[in-house]
Amino acid sequence: MTFFLQLIVTGLAQGMVYALIAIGFVIILKCSEVFNIAQGHFVLIGGYLGWTFLVPLGLPVWAALLAAIATAVIMGLLIERLMLRPMVGQPVLAVVMMTIALSTVLGGLATLLWGAEYKAYHGLLPTINMNIGAISIPSESLIGLIVSVICVAILMFVFRYTKIGLAMRATAEDLQVVQSVGIKPTTVYAVSWIIASVVGVIGGILIGGVSGANMDLANIGLKAFAVVLLGGVNSVGGAIVAGIILGMLENVAAGYLDPLLPGGGLAQVFPFFVMIIVLIFRPHGLFGLAHIERV
Amino acid sequence: MGLRSGTFHENYAQEMAILSSRRQWGMVVVFIVLLFACPLFLSDRMLTILTTMGIAVISIHGLNILTGYCGQISIGHSGFMAVGGYTSAILCAKLGWPYWAALPSAALAAGMAGLLFGLPSLKIKGFYLIMATIAAQFIIIWFIIQLRGITGGTDGLLVPKPAIGPIALSSKTNYYYLVMVFAILATITAHNIVRTRAGRAFIAIRDNELAAEVMGVSLWSYKLQAFFIGCIYAGVAGSLLIHYVRFASIEQFPFMDSVWYLGMLIVGGMGSTAGAIFGVVALKVLDELVTVAGPILAAAVAPQAAASLALISHGLIIIIFLIFEPRGLHHRWQMVKAYFRLWPFSHEVSE
Repeated sequence: MTFFLQLIVTGLAQGMVYALIAIGFVIILKCSEVFNIAQGHFVLIGGYLGWTFLVPLGLPVWAALLAAIATAVIMGLLIERLMLRPMVGQPVLAVVMMTIALSTVLGGLATLLWGAEYKAYHGLLPTINMNIGAISIPSESLIGLIVSVICVAILMFVFRYTKIGLAMRATAEDLQVVQSVGIKPTTVYAVSWIIASVVGVIGGILIGGVSGANMDLANIGLKAFAVVLLGGVNSVGGAIVAGIILGMLENVAAGYLDPLLPGGGLAQVFPFFVMIIVLIFRPHGLFGLAHIERV
Repeated sequence: MGLRSGTFHENYAQEMAILSSRRQWGMVVVFIVLLFACPLFLSDRMLTILTTMGIAVISIHGLNILTGYCGQISIGHSGFMAVGGYTSAILCAKLGWPYWAALPSAALAAGMAGLLFGLPSLKIKGFYLIMATIAAQFIIIWFIIQLRGITGGTDGLLVPKPAIGPIALSSKTNYYYLVMVFAILATITAHNIVRTRAGRAFIAIRDNELAAEVMGVSLWSYKLQAFFIGCIYAGVAGSLLIHYVRFASIEQFPFMDSVWYLGMLIVGGMGSTAGAIFGVVALKVLDELVTVAGPILAAAVAPQAAASLALISHGLIIIIFLIFEPRGLHHRWQMVKAYFRLWPFSHEVSE
């Protein structure tokens, strides 16, 4: 029982980070109907940025975080302006291919700048120890949980109470109406890419602080896709719930089934089984809107 | 595509012919003769490049039918190649089947896998289908690792020398001929499949699914057919690849290959048989340039520059094509041809 609860708690913290990364994906999708395959590579860049600012530059944690966020803002702006702006109105495949190409370029840049090496910065993030009964909550997981919750709360606040948040929700609702009342969709697109890039980078630092920065961080993006599909592609709330569900399921499945399977590695493919099952039985996810096609 | 002046279609056979003039026939014959004469004057290294190009062409034709004509985007093509490759590797290495029997079995197995993972396409499309095919890629590779008893898992599997009857295909030259024969066959069949009833149904589904269904095109049947046919090509290509290397391992079918196959299709031009070939040649040549330039860069800049160069150059070339020529090299080539055909009336150049 303790083993099970331990898996659940670790899964919860991990799932919250997945949810944070998945939210970046959902925001871009809602605002500009672009499926951002490169979301995982924002995480990769984030992991390495965290290492760069914390270890070789030796900044304090708050300054490193601010510097990483500033870099992410610039990165998001550049990507939107140079790559996605020319693709407005293009078919799905062309846009998806563009984000795939973006992901390989980001992967290549990470290789060029950091040599695709394993960079550890374990223990540099602040630690909080907490025990509930026999279950110990790893401090990194707790930090991840807290930061993710704060980020999600900030994003929720921005969407609900600020002008740009209102513009973003309106753009998601109806592009033509938004244009006719004088909101620039391009600004909304730029902001959505900035948010996605920032949450990706923060997620990368959180995960990198636990497992170190390496090229595998990009695979977290694939888990974020499973989260997004499970929660429903156009639902921010769904992404949070699905993130937590997937994080827990993944940990429990890996904890119990991995010893039984010869090759192991179930945690890596688990999201894909979830994806296929969701896509076959409930393509619009738990909280998404069913798509109705009109001629 | 416009017609050369002086070429008229006077009966149905002429209208339907793929090559409409003697000059075209002549050019195709010269090209094929040159292709088969290559081993006489090219080095081993060039032959290897051409052989891998031929294998990629076979695979891309399948992806072109599935994605370019039927509009069902697949980023799991390398996974389906793995199914074909491993099927024929196991049949040859473990059960001692002859190669001529293993190859069609491999194609069939890959086609079956395609049918299975094509099932979600009946309900979903666009991005959802992309995710389903990405999932297919990873699930297939995971199963290959899990079935360690017969596939060798991560250690891989040694494959005996392929032979068809008395002809051993051990030398590079022999294998080159085999691959080229298959590549030409694949090109001819691919070009003809899209002219059949099924091919027209694929195009109808791609252009508007709902309209196609209303007109009586059975989505269920034709989408699965597209997956089946597309993956058969992948199976043949996978089998040829495995027997060329004579070693089956999951590293030959990485996820990124699936992405590059789609990239080749975009660079070449989707929905055109010639475009598929253009795309393969363009990206493989780029690969070779990277291989040559890599060590120079590594010495001049930093050791990791070589590894990153491949990723960045591939990504950039796809970005450039998507922004400046989304219809690919094939469209560019058509425009060049039309320009010369209509010269000096260049303003009449049109699609």
